[in-house]
Amino acid sequence: MSVIIPYIDEPHPVTGVTNAKLGIWLFLASEVMLFGALFSTLIIMRTSAVDWPAHGSDVLNVPLATLNTVFLITSSVTIVLSWAALKMKDLKKFKLNMGLTILLSFGFLVIKYIEYTSKFHHGHFPSTSTFYAVYFTLTGLHGLHVVGGIITNLYLLGPGSKMWEKEPERFTGRIECAGLYWHFVDLVWIFLFPALYLL
Amino acid sequence: MSHGEMTVEEVKKHVKKYYVVFGALLCLTVITVGISYLHLPIFQAVLLGMAVASLKGGLVAAYFMHLIDEKKIIYSMLWLTVVLFAFCMLIPLFTLHGYK
Repeated sequence: MSVIIPYIDEPHPVTGVTNAKLGIWLFLASEVMLFGALFSTLIIMRTSAVDWPAHGSDVLNVPLATLNTVFLITSSVTIVLSWAALKMKDLKKFKLNMGLTILLSFGFLVIKYIEYTSKFHHGHFPSTSTFYAVYFTLTGLHGLHVVGGIITNLYLLGPGSKMWEKEPERFTGRIECAGLYWHFVDLVWIFLFPALYLL
Repeated sequence: MSHGEMTVEEVKKHVKKYYVVFGALLCLTVITVGISYLHLPIFQAVLLGMAVASLKGGLVAAYFMHLIDEKKIIYSMLWLTVVLFAFCMLIPLFTLHGYK
């Protein structure tokens, strides 16, 4: 017996949005609290510290982090373009933009890997100082979110895209939800970049 | 209007906006990096850095996440999140008051 989950590809009469969209926004609200707690900890420690162990721009690689910011901002554009392509019934363009999103995400991780290995090579670990504890915790958690996004997007580009043939509306809804998650990952980085690398 | 009911022409208009926002985000990134070279006192630097970041975040949320024309239930949920987040921020700030 198959069970049909209601209001997956049509808006719920009470909320006006699909259950999938409401669900992803609820999840993102919980994510705001998770990152918000860590981020506010950093801001309060940083502004109230008499002597801060390190100045981000002195010990971290700002040009590489700026390149990573460009990668994430560009991937945010490509993922929203992949959703727009599906709205225009263009699966080929969707695949191109989603592929670019994944490629840029991998680019972000490669740069993060270079940064981390350089830090470890110079003997900087989370236990080294409060600054590095905060740096590795926040960028590590953000990096895990990037990995989660890549896995989801790879599925939607590969086997998950078969849904387009039979249920195009539902598939477009899935891409919109994946896009909302990815924009959130970009949004977190937009705040982490100045807070960790530039202040 | 729900995003599920958009026509092809409306989607094309949205796409143009995405490119404009993309350009604005790149410009704001350059400004963010530029601010770090001003070597401002920490409080002003945090304030200015977060102001530019908030502007960038606002553009992403408004246009890429379509919050500019979203349903009331989504706004209600996000306002509740903002209130709870502000509350979490205020608790430690109050404990810092008078601390030497």
